[in-house]
Amino acid sequence: MSEPNGGVVLEARGLVKRYGHVTALNGADFDLRPREILAVIGDNGAGKSTLIKALSGAIAPDEGEILLNGVPMHFRAPLDARRYGIETVYQDLALAPALDIAENLFLGRELRRRGILGVVFRMIDRRRMHRESRSHMADLKINVGSMGQTVETLSGGQRQGVAVARAAAFASRVVFMDEPTAALGVKESGMVLDLIRRVRERGTPVVLISHNMPQVFEIADRVHVMRLGQRVATISPQSHTMSEAVALMTGATSFSKTDS
Amino acid sequence: MIAGLRQLKFSPDPASVMSRASVLSTVGPLLALVLACLFFTTRTDRFMTTDNLSLVIQQVAVVGILAIGQTLIILTAGIDLSCGAVMAFATIAMTRLAVTYHFNPFVAIALGIGVGLAFGVVNGALVTALRLPPFIVTLGTLNIAFALTHITSNEETIAKLPDPLVYFGNTFQVGTTAITSGSVLALALTLLAWFVLSQTVGGRHIYATGNNPEAARLAGVRTRRVLIAVYASAGLLYGIAALVLIGRTGVGDPQAGQSANLDSITAVVVGGTSLFGGRGGVIGTLIGTLIVGVFRNGLQLMGIAAIYQFLITGALVILAVAVDQLSRRRQA
Repeated sequence: MSEPNGGVVLEARGLVKRYGHVTALNGADFDLRPREILAVIGDNGAGKSTLIKALSGAIAPDEGEILLNGVPMHFRAPLDARRYGIETVYQDLALAPALDIAENLFLGRELRRRGILGVVFRMIDRRRMHRESRSHMADLKINVGSMGQTVETLSGGQRQGVAVARAAAFASRVVFMDEPTAALGVKESGMVLDLIRRVRERGTPVVLISHNMPQVFEIADRVHVMRLGQRVATISPQSHTMSEAVALMTGATSFSKTDS
Repeated sequence: MIAGLRQLKFSPDPASVMSRASVLSTVGPLLALVLACLFFTTRTDRFMTTDNLSLVIQQVAVVGILAIGQTLIILTAGIDLSCGAVMAFATIAMTRLAVTYHFNPFVAIALGIGVGLAFGVVNGALVTALRLPPFIVTLGTLNIAFALTHITSNEETIAKLPDPLVYFGNTFQVGTTAITSGSVLALALTLLAWFVLSQTVGGRHIYATGNNPEAARLAGVRTRRVLIAVYASAGLLYGIAALVLIGRTGVGDPQAGQSANLDSITAVVVGGTSLFGGRGGVIGTLIGTLIVGVFRNGLQLMGIAAIYQFLITGALVILAVAVDQLSRRRQA
């Protein structure tokens, strides 16, 4: 699971984030290795989402540092992180249902027509957006009809497919996924897990936040356990059982950080 | 009748779901417009004449331009109650500056349009920076513009305007029919807005901001900038509408445009743009404007008292909003 020459793609040290009197992150560390699926688990309020938001630029941590391939980063907006190839699939999908698939895939980075039409008039290039969307969706074997279909006509699983395809299409370094299967049925969840594996196969590490232990143990290479705003352990599905992971999450056991 | 027609677009038939929603959402209003025209044609001989139709277009040009701005704002899930009052203030600003203070007419026009723009920027700034609801912000600016109109006009109608101010009231002949420049301008502005909304990056960002602002923001759309641009453009359009209004009436009238707020919202809503944002467009609004204009004109020709026109317009709005709401519930 860890690469021979190791290396850490994304690293965080001592992240702190306070909201008034609530300390969401209390000195949290984080490591993501190349080509792995890292699951982040933790009880409600353990700081999983805040951690991911800090790493993906959605919030700025009060203290601590974030390193991308060893270089310190200061993300102030998701756009900053995206510029470095870090993409996020949000829990509520963050799609615009009235826009079509291609428009959602390219939202915020629309392809423009070449020449004066694109530069001066900022005209979008629908044909190219449709063509590229089709190939991104096909890459991940996501089956939908036309790229001109509005997202609201898609099933929950297909919508998740669009959100994942968008992240995968633009992520060169990291894809974050916040509870990607929370709203889905069993079959559609399975489809999304396959998608996540395909993203890894293409060479992009994936960070997955999930409550679903069986899923985490099915798919993750390593599991990062959060408790009270800190990383209490990093375990692997091979070295630990689900109940041991739950015990760590809830604080029933606390043993030394075991970087597998 | 109209409700039934407008519901066509929400039929669960997969083929219709597959096709472009923007096309479908204009079909209902278009059918309503055709039916309204047919209805009035059978009721009065004077309706379906080129002269009368050109009159309808003249009558709706001002509201049509306001409604473009209103469409932009409603697409972002906002609303602008101030548009009529801002237009009225802009007419007084232009005419006062030109007549009383002897400004060069073109400078007066530019400053008057600037007044519209300034109100738009203020609305946009209050909505984005202070995160106040657009309804309340524009209710406030409505009253401010209304008061300024009456204060600066001294309740007087300003007449004897220099030619450039009434330019858009000029007509030209197409065959035997007279068309005003104002009507042409309204149409041109509609086409321009259509282009921006449907063909450009900015247009897509307006829809995305209205449809799911959080998703748009996370996708890197600068939603605040989009909103300010939308309110500012709307204000600019109200300034232009003021110029067209002056052309039509030939004077600066502090009483003008009092029903224009609701008329513009009516046109947008009847034209199929959703009050929840993100759906609809200016072609629908053009049709909506024409529907309202045709009803007004047709009822007038039938000799029905003006007050009934309000009754019917009111019913149309509620119908259109009800269809919008029902369709949303069905999709959810």
